[in-house]
Amino acid sequence: MEMKRELNEANQPKNGADLFVWSLVDAGVDTLFGYPGGAVLPIYDALYRNQAPFKHILSRHEQGSIHAAEGYARTTGKPGVVLATSGPGATNLITGIADAIMDSIPLVIFTGQVAHQVIGTDAFQESDIMGITTPITKYNYQVEKLSDLPRVIKEAFYIATTGRPGPVLIDIPKNISEEISGKEFDSDFYLPGYQPTTKPNPLQIVKLADALSKSKRPIVLTGAGIQFAGASEELRQFVRKYNLPVTSTLHGLGVFPGTDEQFLGMAGMHGTYTANMAHYECDLLINIGARFDDRLTGKLEHFAPNARIAHIDIDPAEIGKVIPTEIPVVADAKEALNALIGSNISMPDHGEWIDKLQKSKEEYPLWYNRSDEAISPQWMVEQVYKASKGNAIVTTDVGQHQMWAAQFYKFDEPNRWATSGGLGTMGFGFPAAIGAQLGAPEELVVSIVGDAGFQMTLQELAVAHERNLRVKVIILNNSALGMVRQWQESFYDERYSESLLTVNPDFVKLAESYGVRGVRVEKESEVPALLEDIFAYDGPVVVDARVVQKECVYPMIAPGKGIHEMIGVKQP
Amino acid sequence: MKRIITATVQDRAGVLNRITGMLYKRQFNIESISVGSSETEGVSKMTFVVDVGDHQKLEQLTKQLNKQIDVLKVSDITDKAMVARELALVKVNSSSQARTEIQGVIAPFRASVIDVSKDSMTIQITGKPDKVEAMITLLRPYGIKELTRTGVTAFLRGQQPGNVTEINSLSI
Repeated sequence: MEMKRELNEANQPKNGADLFVWSLVDAGVDTLFGYPGGAVLPIYDALYRNQAPFKHILSRHEQGSIHAAEGYARTTGKPGVVLATSGPGATNLITGIADAIMDSIPLVIFTGQVAHQVIGTDAFQESDIMGITTPITKYNYQVEKLSDLPRVIKEAFYIATTGRPGPVLIDIPKNISEEISGKEFDSDFYLPGYQPTTKPNPLQIVKLADALSKSKRPIVLTGAGIQFAGASEELRQFVRKYNLPVTSTLHGLGVFPGTDEQFLGMAGMHGTYTANMAHYECDLLINIGARFDDRLTGKLEHFAPNARIAHIDIDPAEIGKVIPTEIPVVADAKEALNALIGSNISMPDHGEWIDKLQKSKEEYPLWYNRSDEAISPQWMVEQVYKASKGNAIVTTDVGQHQMWAAQFYKFDEPNRWATSGGLGTMGFGFPAAIGAQLGAPEELVVSIVGDAGFQMTLQELAVAHERNLRVKVIILNNSALGMVRQWQESFYDERYSESLLTVNPDFVKLAESYGVRGVRVEKESEVPALLEDIFAYDGPVVVDARVVQKECVYPMIAPGKGIHEMIGVKQP
Repeated sequence: MKRIITATVQDRAGVLNRITGMLYKRQFNIESISVGSSETEGVSKMTFVVDVGDHQKLEQLTKQLNKQIDVLKVSDITDKAMVARELALVKVNSSSQARTEIQGVIAPFRASVIDVSKDSMTIQITGKPDKVEAMITLLRPYGIKELTRTGVTAFLRGQQPGNVTEINSLSI
């Protein structure tokens, strides 16, 4: 077994738990997010005894651990690593695992399990975590023999981070952690059934190049696959070379500069009018690393109805899953883009198309209502953007605040945006910000959350205080489940069934009780100075920003409608 | 449309669960599934008979199967020259008088009697599913007490003739 001998040489691995620690060192882990319990006591003992050369972050709930690991992975590009105990510890991870599979986030998750001798007897804190997580992991393992452990860990990191990334779970029975090894084990592996295709088929690239050379109204749709492939630079070269307009999915924000002239904005349910109309009117749509989510496409028959569809994706099963695809390219985005850059395509004149889109951008910008003194939530996001000079790492939950953050914070670089897109998880944003800050201690991390979602994982304030993390939580507090309230207003005749939070905690006192600085702000005039102050402050802050409750997210594609039927589009 | 799909898989723990779970999650309708070891140690073969709506769904099915880490190879052999067989055991009511008559019924199917009691007999049949079906239909009037079928297992013939779609047509 090859190990970086950074651990104390005198501390040779004694048992399975030691092997676990050494394998993590070998995998280059610098941060482990976890929570102890009975079935992982041997592992926690080994972490202590070996003085493991990586940080262990003690969350206050396993859900906090896994969302933190997701935030870490989304913003560092490295896999997030999580450790929880058997039974409830493991089941508390489920939301995060499901979140990670939906958004293709690389995680390696370790769960303790009861000893082999009692598995299947409904032993104390036993749960069938293999059965529970099979549908929501890229792969999962239960370790059968101690000698398998180093190989399984190495395989798991490989599977989690290659091809289309995703969560991989390893269930370790307690007797394996306790078993005395005394030996070193081989960690070589061979996965004949898992060979992701990274190089594009040259014929398909020729087809795509040919389609471009005939296109009068081309559009490039960018997804998170470009970020995973580290292909932002190649994307820029490609679209500059052929002067192609660019749209983005929610997760693709930042892979192309949000402030760039060629960028038309996010597309989809709450995307820009221009981006959606570009999808509607284009004659060639090149999707790079996005999965045609239903929140992007709206009603399928109206999505790019007259366009030839090209789709570049490393996961062949994504191609043709939702939208019939004429030009499929199974490849890593970087490889495919390099092939396209090298293709020397003679683009026809598509200046008319570009002009039309530029004009549309000016005519139909994103907009919002301002009131005299009360804080408009969109305005608040704009102020955060200004005060952070567009350089912050931003995390969110799901809902109105998430859409406003996506609309009004302009990302110019990849890996600076962590949001729960696919699963739409409330409670994701704050722990994800903790993970992002641990992965990038020098960066300013802002978590824009709602008052409802924040209450689902706010116990992690303890971690922010304990580690003195420069995480700034901005609660856009409208005393409601904002998006639910908006839908009830629009589609359920204003029957606000259980969506108004009439009892909320005093967030300032709550933050203070955790040792975290808390501030309340109710007037727009107080905001600029406050943001400047808290961004300069060396530590965590919770801002309870009281915003207008009735504010809605616009423009919008109503459910069941096509992308050309946006409502709430305004001309200034 | 009915398709026969075979998958070669690595014999790892939970592989069947993984695959049936994926099919369930993606709402594919499995008519039968059979699994067993192959010529290579550590490698199993699975045969699925599935009813899929259209070619797009079929493509999605094979892609999702291929995506499984343990799956080595997926083939849709429906339109190829293949051998497909299943086994059925049928326990049928039979008085001693009816015994000879039933034996006469099953003889053309080359089925065999593998157990006899005072008032029943058990018949074993192997063959293409439609042959199995035909024999069961003939036995039904005697009163079937118990019936179990293995599901189809199949692979390609050693040689593929030029045009085979017609040979298999709808019957498998």
